[in-house]
Amino acid sequence: MSDEVAIAFDHVSKEYHVDSAIPGGVKELVLHLPSHLRRLREREPLRVLNDVSFEIRRGQCVSFIGRNGAGKSTTLGLIAGVIRPSSGTVVARGRICPLLELGAGFHHELSGRDNIVLNGVLLGMTRAEVRERMDQIIAFSELGRLIDQPLRTYSSGMIARLGFSVAVHLEPDILLVDEALSVGDEAFQEKCVDRMKAFMEDDVTMVYVSHALNTVEEISDRVFLLDQGHLIAQGAPHEVVEEYHQRLGVTSHAAGPKDAKSEPQPATKSQAA
Amino acid sequence: MSTATGNISGGRATTASGPLSHRRVRHYVDLVTVLVAKEFRVRYKSTVLGYAWSVMHPLAFALVFCFIFSFMSKFEVENYIIYLIAGLFPWQCLSNSIVGANFYFLGNSSLIKKVKFDRAALVTAGVLNEIIHFAVSIPVVMLFMLWYGHLPSLAWLWLVPMLVAVQMAMAIGLCLIVATCNLFFRDLERLTTIAMHLMFYVTPIIYPENVLPAEYRWTLWANPFAPLIRCWHGLFYYGEFPATAFLGAVLWAGAMLAIGYGVYRALVWRFAEIV
Repeated sequence: MSDEVAIAFDHVSKEYHVDSAIPGGVKELVLHLPSHLRRLREREPLRVLNDVSFEIRRGQCVSFIGRNGAGKSTTLGLIAGVIRPSSGTVVARGRICPLLELGAGFHHELSGRDNIVLNGVLLGMTRAEVRERMDQIIAFSELGRLIDQPLRTYSSGMIARLGFSVAVHLEPDILLVDEALSVGDEAFQEKCVDRMKAFMEDDVTMVYVSHALNTVEEISDRVFLLDQGHLIAQGAPHEVVEEYHQRLGVTSHAAGPKDAKSEPQPATKSQAA
Repeated sequence: MSTATGNISGGRATTASGPLSHRRVRHYVDLVTVLVAKEFRVRYKSTVLGYAWSVMHPLAFALVFCFIFSFMSKFEVENYIIYLIAGLFPWQCLSNSIVGANFYFLGNSSLIKKVKFDRAALVTAGVLNEIIHFAVSIPVVMLFMLWYGHLPSLAWLWLVPMLVAVQMAMAIGLCLIVATCNLFFRDLERLTTIAMHLMFYVTPIIYPENVLPAEYRWTLWANPFAPLIRCWHGLFYYGEFPATAFLGAVLWAGAMLAIGYGVYRALVWRFAEIV
């Protein structure tokens, strides 16, 4: 672990217009134009992250915990650079690799080998780079001769293994893991956790989002607790997990969305603009 | 673009060495290649049939129109079947890519949500896929031409690739618009299907343009597809190169590409929020 900062959030807020995609589509929009325009003008954005600041050092493994809708996945999205903050700055240094959910970036008709190329290129490698690492990836996945069979013949655990194998061979500087380890048999899960620990020695920064608090405590250096878009606790895994447990017992869920709405909101342009 | 001041660096893989670095171009090419290869493997699982399907569709249409219009049409076109084939094959390519574009982004939502990659590659790959299908069906067109005594000319060697390039630019532009907008208005798929059906009859594909009454001739220039299809007819049927129509096609393709890229660039940063 070094002192270098790998990820930094500086007063980051993120607002969504939940209803941006007009569910009824063009037809709805045209048929009810006045009411839709009024709605678009009057709607209030939903604030999913509220003035969040933190720094993550290179080589650390940190976890984000919190209830559904607390802003964990939004945080990962901001680090990955797929979404932009509404205000504040996000800095993430180095090659970022997200661990995708089961089967994303794969095609079930292609062989395991072809899928490695597809997935690797989607995640940012060139074909030549994937080919260089092909043998290692196949070896790590433990799929053996099955690697030339179409993906549809694989079990979900096997697909997860393949996905993890590609991701870890990207040589990422930052690895983003969004509850992807729950599949795969125990032996492979252990291997993944081992690999992650090895990663941290290699100065790879890991950001983990999960509800599996046992794993969180086991692998994390630090844990961040999010609640309704606020970063309410950070620190040693044991303490933060403990706090989360306490809050789970105490806080009532109903207070949630109202809180977010009553705050003053800076206006953001809508997609119609 | 509102208050966003995000300073997100995608790492050495994407941004470290400038917007158009060698590695970035290399990666874009590789990305399009693997995406096209994927579609191909899936579509041509049984190779022979795959090819047959992509040729049969426009061919079947051509035969049906030829049959129907042979006894009920008001216009006389010599070797009508060639005229039909010359227009229907490129039309099929355009129409397939534009209707399919609805799912170029929407169908990859889990990737768009999590991975930062050049999303335009999905559109380029989708269009390229249809273009390749069209290109490999050109020999069928030539076969019909030979059968009816039309001889392909040597100039095709550069005219055909040039027209294919114009067609590709046009399709990419329109597909960027459709693929992007369908993320925001989810019923666009039905609308594009209807629109392409209408355009099929508005554009002189199955009838010659001199059938149009003089007061409607202006539509030939107002319709982005008409000059392009006119070029294909010129090449495959009339055995000439219509320079004015080509100029029109190039202008339309350029405009579509510019508009499409503009729409895409303006909205791409919201894709992950909305899929």
